[in-house]
Amino acid sequence: MTLLSIENLSLSIRGTPILRDVSLSVGHGEILGVIGESGSGKSLTAFSVLQLLPSGASCEGRINLLGEDVLAKSESALCAMRGRDVGMVFQEPMTALNPVQTIGAQVAETILIHEPDTSKVDAMKRAAHALTRCELPQDKFPLSRYPHEMSGGQRQRVVIAMAIALQPKLLIADEPTTALDVTTQAEILDLLARLVREDDMGLMLISHDLAVVTDMAHRIAIMKNGAVVEEGGADLHRTMSHPYTKALFKASSHQPDRNVTPQDTPLLQVQSATRDYTLPRKSLFGQADKFRAVDNVSFQIKRGESLGLVGESGCGKSTLTRAILGLEPLQGGTILLDGQPVGPEVRRKMQVVFQDPYGSFNPRHKVARLVSEPFHLLGRKATEAEIDEALISVGLTPADKTKYIHEFSGGQRQRIAIARALIIKPELIVLDEAVSALDVSIRAQILDLLADLSDRFGLTYLFISHDLSVVRAITDRCLVMQSGKIVEEGDTEHLFTAPSHPYTQTLIAAAPTLPDL
Amino acid sequence: MLRYAIKRVGSLAISLIVASLVIFACIEVIPGDPASFMLGLNAQPDTVAALREELGLNASLATRYLSWVTGMLSGDFGTSYTYRSPVAEIIGDRLWISLPLALIALGLTVLIAFPVGILAATKRGSWADMSVMGATQLGIAIPNFWFAMLMVLLFAINLRWFSAGGFPGWENPAAALKALTLPAIALALPQASILARVMRSALLDTLSEDYIRTCRAKGLTQRQALWRHALRNAMIPVLTIIGLQFSFLLAGAIIIENVFYLPGLGRLVFQAISQRDLIMVESVVFLLVFAVIMVNFAVDLAYAWVDPRLRGRA
Repeated sequence: MTLLSIENLSLSIRGTPILRDVSLSVGHGEILGVIGESGSGKSLTAFSVLQLLPSGASCEGRINLLGEDVLAKSESALCAMRGRDVGMVFQEPMTALNPVQTIGAQVAETILIHEPDTSKVDAMKRAAHALTRCELPQDKFPLSRYPHEMSGGQRQRVVIAMAIALQPKLLIADEPTTALDVTTQAEILDLLARLVREDDMGLMLISHDLAVVTDMAHRIAIMKNGAVVEEGGADLHRTMSHPYTKALFKASSHQPDRNVTPQDTPLLQVQSATRDYTLPRKSLFGQADKFRAVDNVSFQIKRGESLGLVGESGCGKSTLTRAILGLEPLQGGTILLDGQPVGPEVRRKMQVVFQDPYGSFNPRHKVARLVSEPFHLLGRKATEAEIDEALISVGLTPADKTKYIHEFSGGQRQRIAIARALIIKPELIVLDEAVSALDVSIRAQILDLLADLSDRFGLTYLFISHDLSVVRAITDRCLVMQSGKIVEEGDTEHLFTAPSHPYTQTLIAAAPTLPDL
Repeated sequence: MLRYAIKRVGSLAISLIVASLVIFACIEVIPGDPASFMLGLNAQPDTVAALREELGLNASLATRYLSWVTGMLSGDFGTSYTYRSPVAEIIGDRLWISLPLALIALGLTVLIAFPVGILAATKRGSWADMSVMGATQLGIAIPNFWFAMLMVLLFAINLRWFSAGGFPGWENPAAALKALTLPAIALALPQASILARVMRSALLDTLSEDYIRTCRAKGLTQRQALWRHALRNAMIPVLTIIGLQFSFLLAGAIIIENVFYLPGLGRLVFQAISQRDLIMVESVVFLLVFAVIMVNFAVDLAYAWVDPRLRGRA
């Protein structure tokens, strides 16, 4: 008997069709990978199984779990099913836990809700066991911990412990590692695989990342626009036949053509840059401790070069980026752009594109005004022709300048962000996780655009990312940062094929890789 | 938690010292001499000189400030010029009306606002929510003194359930409470409207948080998720507003006290200012500032009790 079978599931929300004829199944001990880009309906498929849908949603078709029809269940029967038969793990471990309750109380609650006769002491004992199974041993992570005292990866382990506390038959994990660093991601995926093996549990692993899924799934389903377009075994990359699947695999390992040869003159020189943060005083008159976020960092970027900076969260790469942009004071060292210290005069030679295409624009301004923002550095207003040129160079049209930002998709917004960076013809563009929030096919387009722009305008890039595959695709040279220090530096290809520093080796080993097509 | 409390006590002490300095300075910077200011334009010079001596105005600034503060610490707030009796006694009498009135009004505010706000948040978009939003809009818009007069008209004059004003004293607690009922309702209504709206929006915010979805996935019903998880997280903004409201109810009841002829602190300040009784003004203002600072201190402690993330910080 299959554990979960979804047959011809259609979902509409207030009359708008979201899912069309979705059929999927998960067996005991089986890992089903569900892959799709944003808006493909993969998360709503998962929420349909739990019947945790937004108001106004209606489902048709059949969802059969452990021989029972989920769609026919009453709300109280559904509550009894959620957490007991199906556990769920979410994308954002930072917000998935109640901040004002201890982790022990939250894990024990799963048990107490479904087995009200259990004493609190017993529930806590079982919570401790579940946490230990998720590699949070009691001597280091007692039940009395609060979520804010733990890292993202540790919180995700707590969420998993909550989901598996009653050893459900099915676990649904919706982008469980998307918000985590590569090494943490690898650990969480190992943990999930182990729990599946130990409990003979079915796992529905939802992700936008082909590499994550192909590494561990037994079967893979590809979703697009609310429908499953192709399903196959772990060797889908060999058997795939649907054009969308092929396009997705291609986009995931996309390498843009780049034809620039870096010149020998340095554009940006960072010399022994050091940034300290003062920590809160431990006592009223005690010496305040310091945290060294950037520790004696030196490197340079040549004109026309594309330099990558990789490292995990907290390594200091964002602080370093802000220091380069002149947004952070340094406690030691210098940063020179074109031979001059970073200040108002040279600031116009450097622009930045940030990660979040949704948060980095004022929603009340039209595109023309958003794009012409950097002109305050030149002390004059942008001409219509300059705005049009900037929009055209990123593949948009001059007509777009009278629109508001909410009228654009994530990929288009990132193009607008690039247009904003380009408009005053800078020499260096700092790309701070600029493609991390984008779907793979959009990401491939933006990478192509960046490569094309650097060819045409002779741009220099500083590319900051936690995503090793992106950095490998677009940079000539790469720096690896750990705990505020640059631990390794070298030509990108060489660094990825023959890393010499143990930390670089760990990073590269932890990054999930796509099988060769 | 203890560290947090000690730090809060430290900032409480600093606030009190700064407040006393500011109040003292304000009274000092009033142009002219407090004694002639109190006695008016036509006062005889020797009367002014006598009052100056009596008030201790001939001493240095520092001495006067210190004697004011040490006096207050030992319960001696000086002597009121207009009442010719110790300020502490008068304030004590008035406090016995204003404090119970503020507490009853705050109690009513919370009793009305919590259920109404929770109802509106859980039934978002329903007729219940819309009527709550409409009624609270009205409650904020209607001036409370006008509402008070309407209540007097209905309950005191037409129905004769309550007296129209005045305060019989606490010798007969039932009668005293009865006299405070209408003023407390008049004070509570706009505050309850504000608090209900804050409660509603704070709850709606927390109900859309990721951890509520996590709870639902664990098997909690909507109601369980609300009571066990959302409510406590929604308390931070609600506590902030309650703190502000208590301070306001204690000091800001001047108009309602006037409508109901209640000899409370608000009326006392009002009369003291119009009679230029600066000693009285100084002391009552300091007392009110003290009350506000203490309420804020209590709210700070309540924050830490509600939210463990605040306990480590100062």
